[in-house]
Amino acid sequence: MTTRLDPEAAVARPRPRAAGLRDGDKTPHSAAAVKLEQTWRDEPGLIGWLSANGHKRIGLRFVFTALCFFGAAGVMGGLMRHQLATSDSHLVGPDFYNQLFSMHGTTMMFLFAVPVMQGVALYVVPLMIGARNTAFPRMSACAYWLYLLGGLLLFGAFALNTGPDAGWFAYVPLAGPQYGIGKRADIWNMLVTYSEATGLMVAVDITTTILKLRAPGMSLRLMPLFVWASLVTSLMIIFAMPMVMLAANLVQFDRMLGTHFFNPAEGGDALLWQHLFWFFGHPEVYFIFIPALGFVSAILPTFTRRPVFGHDAIVLSLIATGFLSFGLWVHHMFATNLPELGKSFFTAMSFMIAIPTALQIFCWIATIAAGRLVLKAPMWFVLGFFFILLIGGLTGIMLGSVPLDLQVHDTYFVVAHLHYVLIGGAVFPLLAAVFYWFPKVTGRMLDERLARWQFWLFFIGVNLTFFPLHILGLMGMPRRIYTYGPETGWGTLSFLSAAGQVINDLSMLLFVINIVRSLWKGERAGADPWQAGTLEWSLPSPPSACNFLVLPVVRSREPLWAQPGEVNNVSGLSAEIREGLTTTVLQAVPDTRYAYPAPEIWPFVAALSVTVWLVWSLWSVPGFAWGLIPPAVAFIAWYWPNRKEAGEEVSWEIDP
Amino acid sequence: MTRRESMPASVAARLDGDALDVSNLPSYGFSHRSLMWWGNAGMMVIEGVAFGFMIIIYFYLRSLSNAWPDAGRPPDLRFGSLNLAIIVLSAFPTYLAQRACNDLDLRRVRRWLYVCSAFGLALAAVRWYEFTALNVRWDAGAYGSVVWVLLGLHTFNLVTDVVDTLVLTAVTYAKPLEGKRFVDIAENCGYWYFVVLTWIPIYAVIYFGARV
Repeated sequence: MTTRLDPEAAVARPRPRAAGLRDGDKTPHSAAAVKLEQTWRDEPGLIGWLSANGHKRIGLRFVFTALCFFGAAGVMGGLMRHQLATSDSHLVGPDFYNQLFSMHGTTMMFLFAVPVMQGVALYVVPLMIGARNTAFPRMSACAYWLYLLGGLLLFGAFALNTGPDAGWFAYVPLAGPQYGIGKRADIWNMLVTYSEATGLMVAVDITTTILKLRAPGMSLRLMPLFVWASLVTSLMIIFAMPMVMLAANLVQFDRMLGTHFFNPAEGGDALLWQHLFWFFGHPEVYFIFIPALGFVSAILPTFTRRPVFGHDAIVLSLIATGFLSFGLWVHHMFATNLPELGKSFFTAMSFMIAIPTALQIFCWIATIAAGRLVLKAPMWFVLGFFFILLIGGLTGIMLGSVPLDLQVHDTYFVVAHLHYVLIGGAVFPLLAAVFYWFPKVTGRMLDERLARWQFWLFFIGVNLTFFPLHILGLMGMPRRIYTYGPETGWGTLSFLSAAGQVINDLSMLLFVINIVRSLWKGERAGADPWQAGTLEWSLPSPPSACNFLVLPVVRSREPLWAQPGEVNNVSGLSAEIREGLTTTVLQAVPDTRYAYPAPEIWPFVAALSVTVWLVWSLWSVPGFAWGLIPPAVAFIAWYWPNRKEAGEEVSWEIDP
Repeated sequence: MTRRESMPASVAARLDGDALDVSNLPSYGFSHRSLMWWGNAGMMVIEGVAFGFMIIIYFYLRSLSNAWPDAGRPPDLRFGSLNLAIIVLSAFPTYLAQRACNDLDLRRVRRWLYVCSAFGLALAAVRWYEFTALNVRWDAGAYGSVVWVLLGLHTFNLVTDVVDTLVLTAVTYAKPLEGKRFVDIAENCGYWYFVVLTWIPIYAVIYFGARV
């Protein structure tokens, strides 16, 4: 037991004046349980829906919305593949094609990949660490609305033929004032501001939650690997995302105010944008990849029936990957006129990051070898992840060397590489995670047979779509061309690729059917359908509004395996207000009680007011300044003390 | 006097049968015991990264330029240096306000918040004159762009925190006042140190980057 026990001191302090009903009773229908459910339930009605700030609901909203954007971006990808399936195709024109690939990349990276990983973390992390909500639930609620509004504005602009058309990285001068005419580049800059603000808000929330709201006894050494992955990712986001937000705004200043950051004629530099973008852009890949590694480390022990091999090595690898990922950005710029010596440094760094990833893969293989493999749907997708990621990793090592990179730069070889890495390294683990936690979230199992069909179709489809692109790249087919002549000989492989895309679509259709079918008549899951070891599986499926009727006391990494019939738990938190416990950062010793904020409409209003500002600033320079007033008012109103709540709070307060 | 934040939980959790009774734990704590401290730290890192990169961009562009400033003259030292003096002095009332928060002494908190607010407003006023004394327009060239944005970014933080301080001063009159508001004020003071500490390198860059 790591808790400080000092009964005398406890006796010496008076109990708070208005004790009210307190938790501590584990039985499901006790007075405390009923009261807790009432306290933590969202308010009914539209206002209640807009005000909700429970982490489960916000996390699910993120995941659902991100999957919708995934679908939309997938359709755009499909459209491009079909445009390129034959030579001299006129399905879409060059201008629309530019918008298509820019929207596809922007949506996949900014509106799908990062938000979906953060959404899963928002849902799962508090359950895994024994908390009743996240540290700043209103901030995450506000972040969700900003994310949704930003995404809708992007797609609204696209519908009005104003979608970004300078690629997902919006290089200047193409996106600058001289060539980026119209509002297309402005929309991209605005979307980046939105999605990065969202990412940062959620990252601060998750970091604080992990460091301060863990159940008593869950020291950093006992923290589950998925939580570690979420922590590393969130810290990386906090250090990398401010960059791209700043950079996008500098482009916007060039466009709106006539500054010259990226204008070589006036002392600026176009290459500066590439540095700024990729200093963020490379870690961005790891914001997507590291949570995925966390999924694998969460799923693998459950389906090999043993703790993961080399827990500490995996933690250190995650941290090392986080650090190294900040030293790779120039490998996106090997075709620029940077000093050759500098490039070889970045080649070395690019090779080095393979080491921690390989280390984790070896640990997982050892886990499988030493365990008893249970092949269920989540595990199939984990195995798919190994295979696809490995191919992407191998082409990554090829691209990390300058001469090879120069040869295939801006060809389909790079497209093949990045899709293998992102689909293998993120989409497969994400699907595994959905199959793994779906029973927890909905209380129902997804169908195994449909899952296997989906898995094999996707596995074959992805390889058929993206493997030929390697060869096309080596044949010299450049990226971002809307069509090509028959004499190039690229037709057959492009057609194969389009056929693969159709198989992917079928696979995703099965996924949607499986989810809908299971929500309707899926098998009941029960609390722990996989016999897993982490805390979220101790809760009913779906978990009650307050998550834990009593907060657990943790003494091992897989509490459900090591402490069956759990004896110790926390008691004495209020059942009448949303109360939780903060613990110390390293050892998770109970420190203070903590009143979680109640649901409020202000986060939604604040997100709306920020939207007014950003949209206004797109069309008017004074709007950039005056538009700040509505958000300022909204945020002050959000903070302003509520007399009734303050009164309640004072009545149970104990000063430190 | 021992600083409160350095002390362990003033009342320990207590084992009561099978359960760990936490009902006597304090309902808030100062410094890194409070969640607000961590949120605030996250905010400072985010803005610190932005400041850091603005300074890097400044020297990157300077290294590419034959003449620096490439247009206009270096900024007048007068107002910027005056602001440096005021901002360094403002750390003292901030410290006293923070101490008063730790002692839960509302009268002293209010008194020093007023002083902090006065300092903040004075800084904002002098900042206005700083912009007029930059001696270059933002659209005159890369140099003008980078100094305007650097100064603008710090001004944004400064104004935000002055508004926060004014709002918090008003909040101290709310009744009833929860103990956690003292934590909020203490954290706002912590954020002010960030505004002070970032101004020193930014001042050096803006005013001497074009001279040295």
